Amino acid sequence: MPEVVMREITFAEAIREALAEEMRRDSSVCILGEDVAEAGTPFKVLSGLVEEFGTERVVDTPISEAGFTGLAVGAAMTGLRPVVDIMFGDFITLTMDQMVNQAAKVHYMSGGKWRVPMVMRTTLGAARRSAAQHSQSLHAWFSHVPGLKVVLPSTPYDAKGLLKTAIRDNNPVVFFEDKMMYKLKGLVPSEEYTIPLGVADIKRAGRDVTIVATSSMVQVALGAANLLEGAGLSAEVIDPRTTWPLDERTIIESAKKTSRAIVVDEGYRRYGVTAEIASVIAEGAFHHLDAPVKRIGAMHVPIPFSPPLEDATVPTERSVFEVAKALCGRS
Amino acid sequence: MTIAAGQPKTDSGVAVEQWIRMYRRMLTIRLFEEQVNDLYTRALMPGLAHLYIGEEAVAVGVCEALRTDDYITSTHRGHGHCLAKGAEPGRMFAELLGKEAGYCRGKGGSMHIADPATGNLGANAIVAGSAGIATGAAFSSKRLGQNRVSVCFFGEGALGQGVLYEVLNLAQLWKLPVIYVCENNFYNEYTHYLETTAGDILARATAFGVHAEAVDGQDVRAVHSSAARFVERAREGSGPSFLLCNTYRYRGHHVGDVNREYYRSKQEEQQWIVERDPIQVLTTWMRDQGAANSSLFEEIQSEVKSEIKTAVEFALAAPYPGPEEVEQDVYA
Repeated sequence: MPEVVMREITFAEAIREALAEEMRRDSSVCILGEDVAEAGTPFKVLSGLVEEFGTERVVDTPISEAGFTGLAVGAAMTGLRPVVDIMFGDFITLTMDQMVNQAAKVHYMSGGKWRVPMVMRTTLGAARRSAAQHSQSLHAWFSHVPGLKVVLPSTPYDAKGLLKTAIRDNNPVVFFEDKMMYKLKGLVPSEEYTIPLGVADIKRAGRDVTIVATSSMVQVALGAANLLEGAGLSAEVIDPRTTWPLDERTIIESAKKTSRAIVVDEGYRRYGVTAEIASVIAEGAFHHLDAPVKRIGAMHVPIPFSPPLEDATVPTERSVFEVAKALCGRS
Repeated sequence: MTIAAGQPKTDSGVAVEQWIRMYRRMLTIRLFEEQVNDLYTRALMPGLAHLYIGEEAVAVGVCEALRTDDYITSTHRGHGHCLAKGAEPGRMFAELLGKEAGYCRGKGGSMHIADPATGNLGANAIVAGSAGIATGAAFSSKRLGQNRVSVCFFGEGALGQGVLYEVLNLAQLWKLPVIYVCENNFYNEYTHYLETTAGDILARATAFGVHAEAVDGQDVRAVHSSAARFVERAREGSGPSFLLCNTYRYRGHHVGDVNREYYRSKQEEQQWIVERDPIQVLTTWMRDQGAANSSLFEEIQSEVKSEIKTAVEFALAAPYPGPEEVEQDVYA
């Protein structure tokens, strides 16, 4: 087997590489969104792409999320593979009809005849002092809708491999990126690779407690696992990587092994991803559990601007650590 | 059916055969819809349907100007568009009855008929819901150099939806080959459009620089003449256009909307039916031109009646999809 050459790149660079490689590989792939071309988005994630692929394929749109998302649905049905860029995850509300009533249902409603191979890239995550309309993590909403797939990468390696797969998928895929993670560095192979959707990754193996964490919360969970190690507890961190399809088996097997589970997700805790995954664990590992499944998510409040208030709304290494410790019967 | 050789061309350069084809198509839609109403009243059809009766000239006049590989998107009142673009009545009825032989294997029903073979991207039950899709198909056509035109049919109710204006802006900015066909049948469900629509309709399109014209939607010749010009513009790369077709919905919002006096008078309905019926308007004109006589019309009527009868019998006898179908095609 040839030796895999790894390089350290950022999360943003991983996204950019995935897009560039897929655009070189398939001329039907194009990018649509606000300030995606020369500006390369406010997060500079797309810098350099317009220089290589031109404005025909990296297309600046008006500030019309519903309009250009709907256009992408039609374009996807008729021969292109659009990747739409929704700058802030909060703006997905403006695209809801296009994604939920159109993209998600076209294939089924047409008896399998039309397909919608498109990707929506957007962001999630608080703690940028951006207040209630630029800080939400709304991925649970799309995870609720049959016909959509939802991807939540937590490392540069996962981001690149999952985005390449999402672009090649023949369904509408919503790809959420934690905007606080764009500068996170990680090892990524020089050679091409892809990661299938629906396969969880064990980010850290452990014995005493399972922490299922998504996206921005994976690093938080890994930090909590370090703290737990200091307290003599061994935590296993599972990253589902996609909320749909969901790798229920890996999650259930881990919970069966450790007999305790916590689910951490930055979306609102009520009626969200943590509720779904907790119920998967409760149903699948009930007889192996020594304690009720715990859920940690964003507080049920609009994200406030004031830094100390905002910080109180989202899970932290410390809060996950405390919950895990208590769950394991340590004070 | 025979047509004398060397038929004259009409004033707009359209061969008589084409008028006869349009007559046949309009009649097919009319009789299809009457049959749908009959299925509903006899409780043979699940759910509801929104009948296109009275508006046939719009779908037929526009689709006659299109190639098979051109795209359309349709609405909840979409049977006419699908038939005009080439759908078969038998598979249409089957879809309305939820049968496996339907265009969508029974999973779409009356409001969601789609058919790639005839360029039908799908009927849409969200008002203005297909505006983005139609515009996106035009975007693909331009990007891929296919020279296909995309037609977005919508009712005047869609004028209240913001997404329509977002895509009008996009289409004009990028000179996309898309035609927005607004069927003004006067009623947003049960409300007269003047109660919901401020200002001038055409001005809404021209504000974006989109070429816009209004046409008598009961006159298939007028609709076709405008549509043919708009299609040519689109194929030449001149960008989008907006065709406002003034028409009238003879029946209720849906088949169950039978007592309509609270929102419109029977006298108003009768006036349109008697004076402005699209099939009658074309029949009279063709007779006046000497392009067809009574026996030709009778012959076509008999053929279409028989075709509809065969089609509905096929659909009624067709099987439902098996229970295993319910989870099929959620994902491609």
